[in-house]
Amino acid sequence: MTPPRKRQVRLVVSLTLAVLLASGLIYTSFASSDSALSPSQLIQQARAGENVQLTGTVVKGSVRELADGQLDFRLADRAGGGRSVRVIYSGSVPPAFEPQRELIVTGALKAGTFVAQPGSMITKCPSKYSAAPSGSSA
Amino acid sequence: MSALIAALLIAALVAFVVWLLSGPFRARAPVAAPADSDERRALESAKEAKYAEIRDNETDFRTGKLSDEDFRALNRQLRAEAVEILRAIDELDSQTSVPTD
Amino acid sequence: MAFAGRIALVLALVVALYGIAAALYGARRGRRDWVDSARRSVYCLAAVLTVAMVILEVAFIRNDFAYNTVANTSSTTTPLLYRAAAMWSSQEGSLLLWVWLLSIWSSVATFITRNRLRDIVPYATSVLLGFGAFFTTLLVFFDSPFAQTHPAPVEGAGLDPLLRNPSMLIHPPMLYSGYTFFTIPFAFAVGALIVRRVDADWIRVTRRFALASWLFLGIGVLLGARWSYYELGWGGYWGWDPVENAALMPWLISTAFLHSVMIQEKRGMLKIWNASLVLAASTLAIVGTFLVRSGVLNSIHAFGASTLGIPFVTLIAVMVAGSVYLVVSRREVLRSEHTLDSLFSREAAFLLNNVVLVALCFVIFWGTFFPLISKAATGTSQLVGVTWFDRYTVPLALILVLLSGIGPVIAWRRATLANARRNFLLPLAAAALMAIAAYTVVPIGSSIGAVVLFCGAVFVFASVGQEFWRGWRARRAMSSESPPVALYSMVRRNRRRYGGYIVHVGIAVLFIGVAASSTFQHEQQLSLRVGQSVRVGAYTMKYVGATGSVVNDPNHTGATMTLGAVLRVTRGGHYVTTLRPSAGYYPAAQILPGQVVAGLISGDAVDQVGLQSSWRRDLWAAIKPLGTTLPALGAPLPEAGLVAQADALVPTTDSTVKQLGLAYYVLLPAIVRHYVNFPPPASFTLIASPLVMWIWIGGLIVLLGGLTAIWPSPAALRSRVRARYLARVAQELGRA
Repeated sequence: MTPPRKRQVRLVVSLTLAVLLASGLIYTSFASSDSALSPSQLIQQARAGENVQLTGTVVKGSVRELADGQLDFRLADRAGGGRSVRVIYSGSVPPAFEPQRELIVTGALKAGTFVAQPGSMITKCPSKYSAAPSGSSA
Repeated sequence: MSALIAALLIAALVAFVVWLLSGPFRARAPVAAPADSDERRALESAKEAKYAEIRDNETDFRTGKLSDEDFRALNRQLRAEAVEILRAIDELDSQTSVPTD
Repeated sequence: MAFAGRIALVLALVVALYGIAAALYGARRGRRDWVDSARRSVYCLAAVLTVAMVILEVAFIRNDFAYNTVANTSSTTTPLLYRAAAMWSSQEGSLLLWVWLLSIWSSVATFITRNRLRDIVPYATSVLLGFGAFFTTLLVFFDSPFAQTHPAPVEGAGLDPLLRNPSMLIHPPMLYSGYTFFTIPFAFAVGALIVRRVDADWIRVTRRFALASWLFLGIGVLLGARWSYYELGWGGYWGWDPVENAALMPWLISTAFLHSVMIQEKRGMLKIWNASLVLAASTLAIVGTFLVRSGVLNSIHAFGASTLGIPFVTLIAVMVAGSVYLVVSRREVLRSEHTLDSLFSREAAFLLNNVVLVALCFVIFWGTFFPLISKAATGTSQLVGVTWFDRYTVPLALILVLLSGIGPVIAWRRATLANARRNFLLPLAAAALMAIAAYTVVPIGSSIGAVVLFCGAVFVFASVGQEFWRGWRARRAMSSESPPVALYSMVRRNRRRYGGYIVHVGIAVLFIGVAASSTFQHEQQLSLRVGQSVRVGAYTMKYVGATGSVVNDPNHTGATMTLGAVLRVTRGGHYVTTLRPSAGYYPAAQILPGQVVAGLISGDAVDQVGLQSSWRRDLWAAIKPLGTTLPALGAPLPEAGLVAQADALVPTTDSTVKQLGLAYYVLLPAIVRHYVNFPPPASFTLIASPLVMWIWIGGLIVLLGGLTAIWPSPAALRSRVRARYLARVAQELGRA
């Protein structure tokens, strides 16, 4: 094979490989991903048992600690208004957890209550700005 | 009081900026680039880079990354290029010393 | 004074715009004086922005709460060092830091190149000033750090306690230095492509700047990982958080560039790759800056929804479009001088290196932006988890480790069997020995991934060692130097090569730490009473007693109250160490009358990790006293009752000072004493993780290697000085 032809073949082979790998990547990302939902979206699109990442704000006055050490609270939409959903959570709780603080938990909706995976809670750093919830610097 | 300091600070800043940047506006004859010193510097750094390449080539050969014939061919070529650079430097030197005649 | 600051920013914008115009005019008309003026405007920009920075910092240090940004991020109770650092904890402050650093590095870069690359420099200068103009526009029109409120509030909100640690002082400036420094190779690449000159001179200049950016950013990323591990309460150092990924991506691409540019230098190949890589790395750096402050993705870092999304997206679009246009329209200049002779060659190994690094970057990019991609594609935001990232990044990382061992020893052009035998025998033998050890002596056989990585790392050590040995032996043969001197002068004469080898060793060590600590870690998350103990891996941790303090924060972060635990760690019955994790409680944003005591401690709570590191393993503990909630939430905990009682004792008719005094000096100490004497069960996260320290050690080795590579060789310095004198002589002779 002449050198230019060799180069062409190599280019085609490597591009094909790249496309195949990228497709595999893209497929698995859609297949194994979790939806990110807010509480109102969760209630609307509820599919029992589907693993979901829930983002919301802890409702003031709703936090209780259950006998077995689990945390029971309600999570409402970040933007306010909308409905709230009851969350049961066990495992390590970030110290920034507080009412009216924004957080993310992963889990599934079971019989109207969101059962979170242990240790899946992430809180966002509190806001220093007047209105919008935001975080600290990188 | 602090308003006065602030005003002085602003005035000083503006003056500094204007002074530093107004070169082209003051009617000076455009400074001719001392082309010779520039060119010579460029040649000197090219010479150093070429020497580094020759040394690198030798190291590659000694550590088994170049075959005999590849090394010899590349070595010849690099040294020839270095000679060219030295020749250019000499020419430049002789040129700049001519005007004293 | 704030008005002066605002004027300074406007002046900075004017200077930047002037500089762009001057540079372009000077380039078009060949007028040196205009180009020089443009260069001076870079220095001016740095000077003016420094004044603005100083004004702002002074406001922070003096607690001038008239400034909105000071009131929002600092307070009288924030310690001095953290007050100074609070300047960059807000969006507007961090933007100012960003553009100030940009102006400093741009000044350095334009100063260094003031007599070189005369055709490229004007365009590079205007690109750098363009970035400066963009960021100062944001500061002047969108989010000013000098906005004020009158009358000024009496107290500020305080620096977020999560940020009150030494890392806060250094991580953002270091990371921002890395990000901003990337604009320099970008500017020179754009300039070079515009004038169609991508020769050896351009390579030399661009590579040095790219190496500096790579080094800064790498340190920034590593410091971020260290912060996560030491300061946050989850015990990990990397979570594939979007902002972590945003810093990693440009670093990976610039790693590819630094390697691939060697091929261009030696063989005139991969020019299109190199131009594209350097432009992509810088664009990704801007994307990273954008991610942190846009609120576009859920992240622990995000600044949240802001008004800056659109300007940034516009900038990124311009950079991408411009880069693509330049590379495509200049592809003649970027044509390869040679072709690939064989797939078993150094050139091919470096090409594979490029491909793997780009693939790794693509995987991370895809995973990071997936919420946006899936929203566009399917309508709902979806996320991929850590396991998805690991599934793809781990094999790619393994390939990279192997390549970093193969690259230094494989032959140019065509690796024959003979030189393969000569170069690979020892490293392969060492790797094989490691494999045997993995299943017999070293207890890592349970994970095939760990075994492969360890063998790969040993392969790297052996091949780099071989290179050092051979080079040293050759040097000794050529000169009469004593052995240690020969080693030193060998490295000195070829800093890039040997510095690079040191970096490879550092990366291999780092990966060993990562592999061991992620595969063989033991973790327990549970509730313990005093006297209870738990097994963590081979260790037993016993909750021995509780600790507490008021105001005299043992961690020097200004916490009102600190509650902690003493954990006694033993192994096989023998005492190992004592860990003292604690949690600090800070005042709430507003202290309401009738809830003074609660208000003083119901703000943020921050974990202070109890940690003992050794060569072999780390013992890590975090505690959440008072269960998971604070008294202000009304949870049925013993201390909640006490706090409510204490609040009831504070007469609200007394002055604020008296109320606070009572709370600080009588009531809170009583609560802490109660906690220490009658400690309730606390929830703990306990981790025993092997070889974590080697991650940081590996990072230090990488830093050492990078510094070695970037250091100018003394010979070059001397000859530059001599050349200047010679030039002066020539000039003066010419004038005489």
